[in-house]
Amino acid sequence: MSKFKFAMYWAGSCGGCEIALLEIKEKIVEVDQNYEVVFWPAATDFKYKDVEGYDDGFIDVCLFNGCIRNSENEHLAKVLRAKSKVLVAFGACATMGGIPGLANVASAQEIKDLVYRDSPSIDNPDGIYPQERYEVPEGVLDLPHMYDTVKTLDQTVDVDYYVPGCAPEAGQIAAVLDVVTAALKGEGPLPPKGSTVGVSPKTCCEECKRVKEEKKITSFRRIWEFLPDPEKCLLEQGLICMGPATHAGCGARCTGVGMPCRGCYGAPDGVLDQGAKMLSTVASIVDAPTPEEIAVIAATVPDPVGTFYRFGLPSSLLRRARV
Amino acid sequence: MSTNGSNGFEPRLIGFLCRWCSYNGADLAGTSRLKYPPNMVPIKTNCSGRIDATHILKALKEGADGVLIAGCHPGDCHYINGNYRTAGRFPLTQKLLEQLGLEHGRVRLEWVSAAEGDKFARVVTEFTEQIRALGPLGWSAQFVDESVAAPAAEKEAVPA
Ligand code: FES
Repeated sequence: MSKFKFAMYWAGSCGGCEIALLEIKEKIVEVDQNYEVVFWPAATDFKYKDVEGYDDGFIDVCLFNGCIRNSENEHLAKVLRAKSKVLVAFGACATMGGIPGLANVASAQEIKDLVYRDSPSIDNPDGIYPQERYEVPEGVLDLPHMYDTVKTLDQTVDVDYYVPGCAPEAGQIAAVLDVVTAALKGEGPLPPKGSTVGVSPKTCCEECKRVKEEKKITSFRRIWEFLPDPEKCLLEQGLICMGPATHAGCGARCTGVGMPCRGCYGAPDGVLDQGAKMLSTVASIVDAPTPEEIAVIAATVPDPVGTFYRFGLPSSLLRRARV
Repeated sequence: MSTNGSNGFEPRLIGFLCRWCSYNGADLAGTSRLKYPPNMVPIKTNCSGRIDATHILKALKEGADGVLIAGCHPGDCHYINGNYRTAGRFPLTQKLLEQLGLEHGRVRLEWVSAAEGDKFARVVTEFTEQIRALGPLGWSAQFVDESVAAPAAEKEAVPA
């Protein structure tokens, strides 16, 4: 039997998702038995024109990680959508925008000004900025056009499945691959289109082993300020832990080692906006005698966007700061 | 809706009113025949504590120019401390909205009892004028398809 066709692509991402795939360890051998890689820039030397030349639907499964940040990302998203039978938004960036999505607090021009002009370590007296088009004797060079607004994959093209996480946890990746492989072989059904796979029901708190009591806090603390109690719920110790507003699936590995959840697995089922939900949760566990005092303490959370939307600003209700 | 603003702009406001106090305050304003602008769509909620930031963001995203949350005075909440939660969420939501470039005045929190029909009418009047001065929000209009602005992508092979 001929092998199924596999592709993996990185758009606006860090490359961690590619590493995460290898985290499935010896299972990668099974992947190799079942699949032939037809495009995977991190691992193989295919060119864009190779993919553009494939027939529509040629690729059986494409794991697409990274957000849509520029015209190149968008072009590849559209090409891979057309060429893939099953397109998976893989990882926090593709599903929710991810860390690069925090760029939505600024415009592309503001970011370029900071990076090429205003940052204290920049020495650029001639004000040289990268150009999208540049003519050299050999021809024209061009760079992708950087967008003002970072988008998720499903704000760009139709997506079949979502695998959240920064990066997705190896056990979950292996389980997802098993399901897809079985379905391709006709041995089982595919999950319903549009579903989030590679997660567990409920929230991160369900998987977290820490002891949870009544949530009441009188001040917010940050992780560098003290050594948290190893047994107690981190939120109850004044650390903003996104667990209550985050989908389970990672095994609560961060909280297990004393690091508050940052929310990379995204909103649990039924939650429209992860950040808004967590903000509301955090603010309502502040304990003080008067509404005025509560308001003062709640307002001490330093960076609400960066804290509550660390991975999900582009997929949130408002999606970005006003331009 | 009539256009009587100097710039022809009629604010679209959403008001989340708790059913035990503020909604009754609104009722009283009506039965007392107090006049106030018709710009706010009232939504009855069980308690102001039921309103989380999601409701506010959704209203703003879907075309509201301003959002009012009104609940019982502290100490009077039918659910004892629902409005204490509201009190904590509100400043943090404001801070979030400010980071996202929204003016402070777009969202407002007021305690209005069932006996305060006059206060309700005054708050809605003030809030309408405040938003009229700020102008339309038009949140979703800022999202344009940037891909059309991109250079043609069908160029020669770029190494992946
Ligand atoms: S019932 Fe009115 S604020 Fe809680």
